[in-house]
Order: sequence, then C-alpha cells, then structure tokens
Amino acid sequence: MSEYIIKNGKVYDPKTGLKGDVSDVCIKDGKIADKVSSKAKVIDAKGKTVMAGAVEIHAHVAGPKVNEGRNYRPEDKLFTYKPTGKHTRMAGGFSIPTTFKTGYEYARMGYTTVMEAAMPPLYARHVHEEIKDTPIIDEGAFPVFGNNWFVFEYLKNNEMDNVCAYISWLLKTTKGYAIKIVNPGGSEAWGWGENCTTVNDPVPYFDITPAEIVKGLLTANEQLGLPHSIHIHSNNLGNPGNIETTLATLKIAEGVRPNNKFGREQVLHHTHVQFHSYKGDSWGTFESGAKEIADYFNKNKNMTMDLGCVTLDETTTMTADGPFEHHLTSLNHLKWANVDVELETSSGIVPYVYDPNIKVCAIQWAIGLELGLLAKDPMRTFITTDHPNAGPFTRYPRIMKWLMSDKSRQDMLKGFKHSDKVIAATNLASLDRELTMFEIAQMTRAGPAKSLGLYDIFGGLAKGMDADVAIFDIDEDKIKDPEQIEKAFTAADCVFKSGTMVVENGEIISSGNKRTLWVDAKVPENKQVERDVQMKFLKFYSMTLNNYEVSNHYVPNPYVIEVDSN
Amino acid sequence: MSKTVTDVICPFCGTLCDDLVVITDDEGKKILNVENACAIGAEKFLHSSDLSHRVTRPRKLQEDGSFKEITYDEAIEYTAQMLVNAKKPSMYGWSSTNCEAQSVGHEIAEICGALVDNTAAVCHGTTLVAVQNVGIPSCTLGEVKNRADRIVFWGCNPAHAHPRHMSRYSIFPRGYFTGKGHKQRKIIVVDPRPTDTASIADVHLQVEQGYDYELLQAFRAAVRGQEITGDIIAGVPKEKVYEAAEILRSGRFGVIFFGMGVTQSLGKDHNIDAAIMLTKDLNDYTKFSIIAMRGHYNVTGSGQVLGWQFGFPYAVDLTRGFARYNPGETGTIEVLKRKEIDAMFVLGSDPGAHFPMQCVKEISNLPSVAIDPHITPTTEICKVHVPVAFVAIEVGGNCYRMDNVPIEAKKVVEPPEGMMTDTEFLKGVLKRVKELKEN
Amino acid sequence: MSTITINLISGRTIQQGVSMEGGKETDKYMKACGIIEIDDSDFKRLGIMKNTNVKVKSQHGEVVVKAIEATQGPHPGVGFIPMGPWANSVTNPETYSTGMPTFKGVIITIEPAETEKVLNSIELVRAKCWGDN
Repeated sequence: MSEYIIKNGKVYDPKTGLKGDVSDVCIKDGKIADKVSSKAKVIDAKGKTVMAGAVEIHAHVAGPKVNEGRNYRPEDKLFTYKPTGKHTRMAGGFSIPTTFKTGYEYARMGYTTVMEAAMPPLYARHVHEEIKDTPIIDEGAFPVFGNNWFVFEYLKNNEMDNVCAYISWLLKTTKGYAIKIVNPGGSEAWGWGENCTTVNDPVPYFDITPAEIVKGLLTANEQLGLPHSIHIHSNNLGNPGNIETTLATLKIAEGVRPNNKFGREQVLHHTHVQFHSYKGDSWGTFESGAKEIADYFNKNKNMTMDLGCVTLDETTTMTADGPFEHHLTSLNHLKWANVDVELETSSGIVPYVYDPNIKVCAIQWAIGLELGLLAKDPMRTFITTDHPNAGPFTRYPRIMKWLMSDKSRQDMLKGFKHSDKVIAATNLASLDRELTMFEIAQMTRAGPAKSLGLYDIFGGLAKGMDADVAIFDIDEDKIKDPEQIEKAFTAADCVFKSGTMVVENGEIISSGNKRTLWVDAKVPENKQVERDVQMKFLKFYSMTLNNYEVSNHYVPNPYVIEVDSN
Repeated sequence: MSKTVTDVICPFCGTLCDDLVVITDDEGKKILNVENACAIGAEKFLHSSDLSHRVTRPRKLQEDGSFKEITYDEAIEYTAQMLVNAKKPSMYGWSSTNCEAQSVGHEIAEICGALVDNTAAVCHGTTLVAVQNVGIPSCTLGEVKNRADRIVFWGCNPAHAHPRHMSRYSIFPRGYFTGKGHKQRKIIVVDPRPTDTASIADVHLQVEQGYDYELLQAFRAAVRGQEITGDIIAGVPKEKVYEAAEILRSGRFGVIFFGMGVTQSLGKDHNIDAAIMLTKDLNDYTKFSIIAMRGHYNVTGSGQVLGWQFGFPYAVDLTRGFARYNPGETGTIEVLKRKEIDAMFVLGSDPGAHFPMQCVKEISNLPSVAIDPHITPTTEICKVHVPVAFVAIEVGGNCYRMDNVPIEAKKVVEPPEGMMTDTEFLKGVLKRVKELKEN
Repeated sequence: MSTITINLISGRTIQQGVSMEGGKETDKYMKACGIIEIDDSDFKRLGIMKNTNVKVKSQHGEVVVKAIEATQGPHPGVGFIPMGPWANSVTNPETYSTGMPTFKGVIITIEPAETEKVLNSIELVRAKCWGDN
C-alpha cells in the first residue's frame, strides 16, 4: 500500500504531546509509521496545521428520523445542491444532508469517524443501510436503551446479570456501539402522551424512575466494561430551570469508577449539554446556567460532555425525546413528525429557526460557547452541535472560530437585536479566553476518541494508529482575521482516511473504504433472557424474533470491537 | 420429502407480514404450500412456482405484436442504449423490488439524468405532499397492537387491500396493554360504501364520496368542542359527527389508518393535510397517531432510499445533474401527459394496468423496457420485457413496511434456471451505461 | 333500458388481488376486474338484468364491463370498478397539479351493451394503445 510523508507541518497531537511542533507524519499501509522509504510520496505542509482526523461523538446522520426529516423537508434542498462530480455522487440538503453529502462534508472538514447518536433497535437495519451509503467516514451507531421494556423490568427487579445479557444481545443484534439513553422513562411515558421531567418521576405502569434507569444502565455498562460509557440526553431538555434535572442526573455518576480495558476514564458522557444548562423559570427570565454545569464537570473528572452549540441557523430538530418535540411544535407551530417505537423508544422532528434577533436563541448560542470556554479539561469537552438540532455539522469550523477568537464573539454579541439583555443573561461577554489550536485538537480528536474507548486507533498520530490525518491551510501564529479559522477548517488541504488520500485541495478525490464499528460484548449464556426475549417477541412485537437481527451483509465492512465481559 | 421455511416475508402489500411458513420440495425449487398468508399472498407464492406460466427469458416486441426471445445481454444492451440516448428518460416503479435493486437503479438514473419515480405517484404521493406541509404524528404497528383502543379506517378497506392487517395489528390482537383484544377497541369506518371492513366497525359513517375534506374539518371542530353549522356534513348527520369525535377523544390511544379514498379523490393532499391535523389536534386531549396504508410491499422502501440518496421520496428529477422535486411537474403521470419523456423504463410495478389509459398510450409510443416476472398490461405494450426472479421468493433483500420498519425478505426457492435477479440485471445495465458514457 | 349517470370509484378487492397474482393475462383477472358494481336502485334505473355487459363512458374514454350487483352496498349513485385497465379506461387523468390522477370520483354514464364483449386485459390495453380509440 502507499507510503506518504507529510513534511514540515505544525503538528497538534495530544496523543504524542506535539503542540504545534514542526514535525513529520509518516503513513504506511494505512497506519501511522515512524518512518517510510524514499519511495514515499512527499506532501509539503510547511506553514500548515496537521492533526489526526477528527472524531464526531454525536450526530444524527443515519436512520429513520433523519430520513423522515429529509423527506418531509424538500425545502432543505433548495439553493445548495451540488451536481454529480468526477469522484462524487450528487449531494444535497443543508440541515439534513443526504448520505453522500454527509460523508463528503465531514471528510472535507477532516472528520474521519462519526457516531450516529441514536438508533432505535427495531429500525437498526435502516440505520445500517444509510451508514453503508455514507462514503469515506467510519461510523458506529448507539442503540437507545433508556425507554426499553426489557431494561425497565430487569432494573426494577435488580437483575443486573440479566440486563447485561440483554444489552450484550441487543448490541450484537443491532450491530450497535454503545448504551445511549434519551429522556429516560419519558419517551415511554410519551406512549400515553405523558413525560418524565425530573429524575424521580415514575414511568406510568412500569413504575421505575429515570434515576433508577440511569443508575442501572451505568452499573451495567461498567460491569460489561464497554469501550464507551453510558451516553445520556437527560430529562427536561430545553426548559428554563432545567439545570436542576441535569445536576441530579450527573450526580448519579458521582464517585463511580470506570471499569474497562480501552483507556476510558469516564463513566458517563452527557451530550449536547447546552440544551440542559438553563436557569430561570420562564422564557422571560431565561438565563445561562453554564457556570454551574461547567463547575460541576470541572470538579467531577469521571464525566465527559459534548457542547451542542447553537449556530443561529434555520435547522431541523430531531431527537428520541418525543415529548420534547411535541412541546416544541406548540411553541413554534412548525410541522411536527413523531414516531413511537414499540417496546423501545419514541422520536420527533420539528424544524427550528434560531434567529439571532430572538433573545432566547442568542442566549442559547452564548451558553454553548461558555461551556467550552469554562471547561478546564478540553480532553473531556467536545465540540458538537447535536447535528442537526442546534445547527448543521458543517458549522463546526465556525464554532472553532468563535472558541478561538474573542473578537468574533464580541462582534456577535454586539450585533444582536437584544444585545444588552443577552449579555445580562449570560457570562460570555466577560469570558476572554481563546482556545488554542492544541485545545481544539483535544476537543475534536483526542478527547472524543478517548471517551469512545478508541484512542488506540483514532484521534491521534502515534505509531500504529489508523492513518487518519488532516492538513489545514492555517498557521496559529499568523492569524490576522478570525475568518481564516473558519475558512481553513471548512475545507482541508488534504485528508487521509486509513492511509488513503480522500480529500485534496478541499475536494473529494476518493470514496475510500468505510467501516462500521460495533461492539461484541461476550457474556455468559443466559437462558432466562433468551426466554424473555422469545416471549416478548411472540406476544408484543410486530416482527418475529428471527427477522429482528441485522444480518451481516448490512455491515459489509465491519470493525468489531470485542469485549470479554464474562 | 419437503423443506419448511419459517418467518418468511410476504411480498404483496404494505402490511409486510413476516410470519409466513412456506413448504417447498426437497430441492428447494418448487413451493408446495404456504401457511399464514392471506389469499393474495398465498396465490403469489404458489403461482410463482407454476413454471408453465413463467416467462423465463427476455423478449422483444415485433412489428406484428408478437414477441421474440432475446438474451439477457441483448436486453441489457437495449436498455443501456435506450437510457443513454434519451434526453429525458423515466425510470418508474421500484415498489415491488428490494432496496438493493433500487439503489443500483438510482446510480443508473444519476448517470443518465433520468426521472426516478415510484408507485406513490398513483397511491400515497398526496400523503407525502401533505406530510411535507404539516408533518405526521405516527407510531409503529406494534404500538397499535399494544396500546390502541380507538381505531379509525378512513377511506381504506383493509378487509380487501390489507387482509391480515386487522388480525396482526389493528383490531384483533391482544397486546401488552390490550389483553381483551377487539373487545376493548372501538372502531370507526368512514367510507362512501358499507364495506366489508365497515361490517366489523362500531360506527360506519357513509360519507358522500369526494367530500371527505369537509367531514375531516368538521371532526376537527367537534374534537375541539366547537359548534358545527349545518345539519348534514358530507352526507353525515351532525349528531353522528359529535358522537364519533367523542369516541375518539374518550380513548387513551387512537390511530387513524387511511388510504386511497382520501388520497385519490378530490382534495387530494388537502384531505390528508386535514386528517393529519385532526390527529395533531387529538393529541391535545389524548394520544393519537396516523398511519398511511401503503400499497406495495416496498414502495415505502423506494421512498426511503430515494430520501437518503437524493433527499426526496418520489417524483425525483435528476435530468439537470442535481435532484429536483415538484410532483405536479416532475411526477410520471404529468410528464407522460405532457409528452416530455423520450424513454420509459419500468421495474417492479404495472403502470399499464394502473395508470390512466392516456398515460399508458404514451408509454406504448416510446422506446420502453419493462422488468417484471409476470406478464402484465405493461409488458405487453413495452418494446422489451425482461423477466426477473421474484423478490422475497427467489431472492432476498430489504423491504420497508407501511410504518417504515425495515424487514429483510428471504430467498425461499431457487429462481428458474438461468433467470437473473433485478439487481444482477441492473448491475449489467449500469456497467454498460458507464462504458457508453465514457465514449 | 336507458343510460344513467353515476359517480365512479375504483379500488382494491380480494379477487382483484388474487387474480392479479395468478396472472393478469388470465380470464380470472378479467372476471374479477372487468366488472362494475352497481347498487340495486341504479340497476332499476338502468333497466337491465344483472350480470350483463354495459358500456361505461366518461369524458376520458370508454370501456365494456359486466354489470354486477354491489357486493359492499348499498351505495346508490356510486359505481365501483376494481382497479385495473378497465377502470383506467375511464378514470380521470387530471391531477390538479398534485401529480395524482383522480381515480375516485369520476362522472360516468352507463348504457346497456349486452352484445359487446369484455376484453381481456392485454387485448384491452393493446386496443387502447395501438387501436383507433
């Protein structure tokens, strides 16, 4: 296979400790090497930034609600459709790109591994069909467990071995990567039109609380020793005053030690924390709770978070928090789609316009950035937009600009219609910290990879790691205008995926050979769970058990992470 | 000796039953019996095995109306040439095949700059348009089975079109919270005829044909406790409307199933718009969902694959190199009426039988290819007929149920000797199209 | 015997489905779909015997089918032809810019046609496409 040597670039790599040092990066046989032969193709990266390929820890890019979003928003395709190219299929969609566009746009930004944030198990085959049709990037998907009837019953009865066996079985059956929890208990309550908005609200009929669900799944995750921790979207998303629920949820993980062989140091990952950091008791008194939340994360080092930054665009919200989406449509009266999934979860979709002239939207924008700026440990704080909920992932370069340039933030704050009110309700105006390029690398590469338990493979440039490398035309010491940051990170000069060059001069030149990551956790045989599964399928599911499993040809290029959970 | 295959998926309608049991001969070549299928599904399986009626090789239409057998290679050549030489070809159908084949077809369409459309064009296309206007609160069929105590069939007749729907999902099953089965469900049927489905309903509202829009809006008013003016709405006495609305509001989980009665009659997408808004309104009082009774077993799949690859569910126009969508303009019925296309490729559907005759006549005047295991009115007026293996019987593949749940169909028996599958044929066409485009 | 005007709808029946799967070129399919179901009251207006052939005409075309008694009636004023080429010889191709033809709700006239034959689906489609009408 090809050999490359990237010479003279300023390398930012937390894994090997390089903080902009001018250093060479060698690629051989798809991996990072310490040296290459004279036959290696030379790429001159003088004056440019070199990093590992970025790792997206949470985005909604493949599956039934994503596709419902695409199909019910033809208007999302207006103006930005790219025709078929020399190496690319036609590509369209602004907030909900088609699968081809998803792969191409992530790759152009130097992202090489992406995790689909929520997979309803009954629809897993659909998620994998879309993953298959997303070029270049390696992907994995998180099945949702927080509203699952099996999980409720086993946890209620304190049957930890059974819940572990079920989790292992479901990960294998759906070819899933991690335990995702969305609005625990609340999305099952939504099956009756209700919700759970505090951690102690019992789920109708099943009589288990969100706190019990989270605690149980957290314990199970550590018992299984999975590569990632539980990945949670806690209750009460989007409501003023919800920091109380967020802190109560995080508290469940306090003091718990991680157990795994993947280098993971956290026991809980909270996603799109921006949506969960609200103070005040109404939209009128709405204000930032980022300080309280950031303080908590700074103190409790066994947790990681991703930001969920609002980008102030017209976008599409979509989440497995069914009741929240119904609430949202009652606020903005835009078209609402909903799918409740038997025994497993629910989901909703509503378009949303984050208008900078609306006070609340501008405050949300500020909160996302505050969380990033108040974080003491960029290895535990990751850049996301909960794509497409707070904004499209194509805005990541803009978020990097805002985090790295105080001026760009101040300009935004000054430009808001309700500038004074926004500044009064947030902390952003007084935060002048500017994140460094190294810290950005931590927040977009090393940190997410480590949180996912993949830091031996992705997110770094150490010898033996996958040769996922990105070169950006920017020099940290020569930035005159923050717009340069956004421009450079929007279209990389060069991107390698598994040692194959896929982007050159900002354009896609190859579709690569993407893989699907999933976790095979081996547990002892469990006859009880086998019987329970058979019984529930026979009586309550609308599909037969034998037709439920995602067969191997939907995962044509699998990358299986094996865990011995015996 | 015989073999038994269980958990077989039935490739007929959007109910996509996956519990069929098929008994084949020992060699896996002939189907001997089918269990659990409805009459239509059973006929489909059994008839496929009746090789005396199978066309097993492609054939080309002659001047005198007869057909001459040609090879698969010749059929591939004709198809590739036709698509490449056309300025604005249409690739229509896709509903009776698997997602793998649909995907290959899309690649061909993209290279050739074609229109890609599926049978939603004559079925639930107007539903898709309505969803694009107002969204859709919905659920999976298992939710109906486990929770629903109020069922509405509006403008659909599952007793005839989705025969096992009521026993598998909507009326009779005993689910987790519905242990008493149909005894604890109230059923309302709205139909201009007292259909066989209406005979098991608690209430049949015999709406005046074509006036469903008024009745739906009246329901919305009644549900919200508003007064309806007029004594008879769309043929239904006002009191009956209030009563029915109260039945719906008093439930704890309701579902509206709807079909061609409202998608194809005057009002079209506005009818569906009103039905979806009624469902949304009901969610202010109780829990309600709405589900479209999709016709073909994989029209939903075609919409899904088109969606994730191009961003639109049907009536897709790729002729300018990027995808455009405007059903009243880019839909197959309209482009045929306006004589805008110069080649017709049909796979997995029968427009010859199911399009208005004006459109069928237009197809018969064009260079055309029909890919279908059966002899149909389409195959008999197209220039080339290519038979292929039956999906879900002789070749597997992914399909999507009416509630968008994907289920993988199985191969149950071998196809007749030497027959290609849709995917194999399309891959051959794709290869040839790429060669031709290169030159 | 006279000509009557009624409202036509088309749609699925079990027999249409089963016979379609058994082969659209068959007599069985013709017998299942080359029919129009008419209410008793409309038979009286027409003044013909049940199970005789009639000619159905609309603004968009015409077709000969067998008139049978409504199987899911009563529905006075409404005629039903199962979906298929016979129904589509007379349904309305107008989509009102939605792309969806008006398969349900077409004004038709029905007149006796005892001596005319119902065509097999293939004969019918070929006649419509390549014939004089």
